Amino acid sequence: MPKLAKQTLNTAGTSPAETIPPQPSYRRPWWSALAAAVLTLVLGGSVLGVQLESTGITTTVRLMGMDTWGWLLAAALAVFLHQLVRPQIEEWRARTRKPSRFSVPDVMSGQKRQLWIMLAIGALLIFPFLSNRSAVDLATLTLIYIMLGLGLNVVVGLAGLLDLGYVGFYAVGAYTYALLNSYLGFSFWEALPIAGLMTALFGYLLGFPVLRLRGDYLAIVTLGFGEIIRILLNNWTELTGGPNGIARIPKPTLFNLEFSRRADEGNIAFHEFFGIDYDPALKVIYLYLLALILVLITLFVIYRLLRMPIGRAWEALREDDIACRSLGMNPTGIKLSAFTIGASFAGFAGAFFAARQGFISPESFTFIESAIILAIVVLGGMGSQLGVILAAIAMTLLPELAREFNEYRMLLFGLMMVLMMVWRPQGLVPLKRPQMELDRG
Amino acid sequence: MADTHDNQVCDKQVHDRQGLDKAAPATSSHRQARAEGRAPLLDVCDLTMQFGGLKAVDGVTLQVHPGEVVSVIGPNGAGKTTVFNCISGFYQPTGGEVYFQNRAMHRLPGYRIAQAGMVRTFQNVRLFKEMTVIENLLVAQHMHAERNLLKGLFKTPGYRRSEKALMQHAGDWLERVGLLEFANREAGNLAYGQQRRLEIARCMVARPRLLMLDEPAAGLNPNETRDLDDLIVSLTRDEGISVLLIEHDMSLVMGISDHIYVVNQGQPLADGSPEDIRRNDAVIKAYLGEE
Repeated sequence: MPKLAKQTLNTAGTSPAETIPPQPSYRRPWWSALAAAVLTLVLGGSVLGVQLESTGITTTVRLMGMDTWGWLLAAALAVFLHQLVRPQIEEWRARTRKPSRFSVPDVMSGQKRQLWIMLAIGALLIFPFLSNRSAVDLATLTLIYIMLGLGLNVVVGLAGLLDLGYVGFYAVGAYTYALLNSYLGFSFWEALPIAGLMTALFGYLLGFPVLRLRGDYLAIVTLGFGEIIRILLNNWTELTGGPNGIARIPKPTLFNLEFSRRADEGNIAFHEFFGIDYDPALKVIYLYLLALILVLITLFVIYRLLRMPIGRAWEALREDDIACRSLGMNPTGIKLSAFTIGASFAGFAGAFFAARQGFISPESFTFIESAIILAIVVLGGMGSQLGVILAAIAMTLLPELAREFNEYRMLLFGLMMVLMMVWRPQGLVPLKRPQMELDRG
Repeated sequence: MADTHDNQVCDKQVHDRQGLDKAAPATSSHRQARAEGRAPLLDVCDLTMQFGGLKAVDGVTLQVHPGEVVSVIGPNGAGKTTVFNCISGFYQPTGGEVYFQNRAMHRLPGYRIAQAGMVRTFQNVRLFKEMTVIENLLVAQHMHAERNLLKGLFKTPGYRRSEKALMQHAGDWLERVGLLEFANREAGNLAYGQQRRLEIARCMVARPRLLMLDEPAAGLNPNETRDLDDLIVSLTRDEGISVLLIEHDMSLVMGISDHIYVVNQGQPLADGSPEDIRRNDAVIKAYLGEE
């Protein structure tokens, strides 16, 4: 009974030191709350409180208006108050939480997770209509990198095959659409599956001789492959136009409705069909939504693959290929499937990239692209899909946000990699093992 | 006493399987089960493995009959593991023949041999360390899984059934080797003895006809060795599989083997029942050295 009395005391917020051992964050809520509030102000202020203004060729920093700073102060105050009462809230939650039967490491239950995914997708769908054109454009680029990262993740993160020439497949996809269109007049939708198949074929053909190699040797050969593709595109002038690239690649259509001011012969423009004014933003939004759908399909397919025998085999092969062989798995076949499937996603991304840019040249497919995609996979946490998404966002947004540091971009990039390897070698969001429930009577 | 018990089990299986096996010429063997004119499950003839100038294995011949536990013993460096690697296809033997269920195995790659029903463990445990225990067992059933990509992507009923069966099978074996509570633990975090047991369970879920164990008792304490002993006996008794064993631990070998082959410096030295081997002068000499 005395125990109960003490607990009631605790709820009142007095928390005597005898009953609860003082923990660092509990001891001085004032100081930690103040520090958090200041941090909020500094971070928020530097991101939202100032604006870069370009007058002519120089850029000047201008402070935002009072209302922006007012909101920032309010946010800092909210953080401060929250930090102040957080120990009490946590204590209260710990007491009211029902003890679960299993202590599953996964924080979110299936339903809650689904809800979050739905909310995220909803927000992503609404986003382009509330945002400006350049932001949507940047988001589209990010989505392309997410798709590339997810594809390479299959090869590097899951199957453990270090592929430094992934951009080669990206190029194959882009050029497949560009060439099919300029020579045979294929539309985006007709060329998209062909681009996927074509890259899968390239992945297969490259994989066949190469996959007997391991680690470093594989990396070098794939690096060479990426370069060969680029040099081939650069020099096969009659077919690819060489360094001049291929221009006037049409944008994707929506059921044959075009998003241009004036539609091509025999086609109808979207705004004419619906009888609205022409708005160039619509095209950007459409491209964004298309990229979003492609990414969602990629996510779904890879998510399923991971939980299928083939996905498990990829991971097992990364862990120990000798044990795999002793269990009747054909390592060559499994590696080939990873290579082929991973490559085909680069093909889809490439075809979309060509359609979005409208112009492609071998210059878009240099080694640095491979390096960036690989960095996304490593940064995100090998094998983890959420990690890849976050890393892709970071890798595309940060250079855009820090344009004035453009010269130091590579330096910062390297620094970030080193710091990551020191502090979080397992990546931003390391792969979490799926927990399975066994049906036992 | 244990010996007669094993005998009965063997005879029973002989009886069960007689209709299935095509009769083949009897092999010279002292055991009654062997003399009954059945084809051996595994028949290794004159196996030779040469690495450059070194003959690691020279003319080893051995047979494993259904339901038997057969051991290969020999001093360190005698070539036991090389014999294993040749049989299981990790080395291409330079000479000799390996037949499994009357099918030639000696030119096939390792994974094809495993698919044929011969699954092995390794001297140093080779688990998929970063995967969970249950995932290890699911991977091991790869060849029995529904691997059609489209069926998996769209979760057809057939695919669901297949996955459920895999889980069930994996769960059964985890229960059997006493690792059910660790199902969602990463395999690399298990204790050594548990890892050994998991490796055997992983082989068993692959549904082999012949289980090849390479020094399964290495690094185990006497208690764990005794458990292992029971496990191996129960595998042959309940699952009807055969076991080919390489082992240093003499008490384990003598207790559970139906037949023992002794290899010394790559060459066959002797073979026979545990009793024969224990009394064989050549074997004693090879193990203890000459006066």
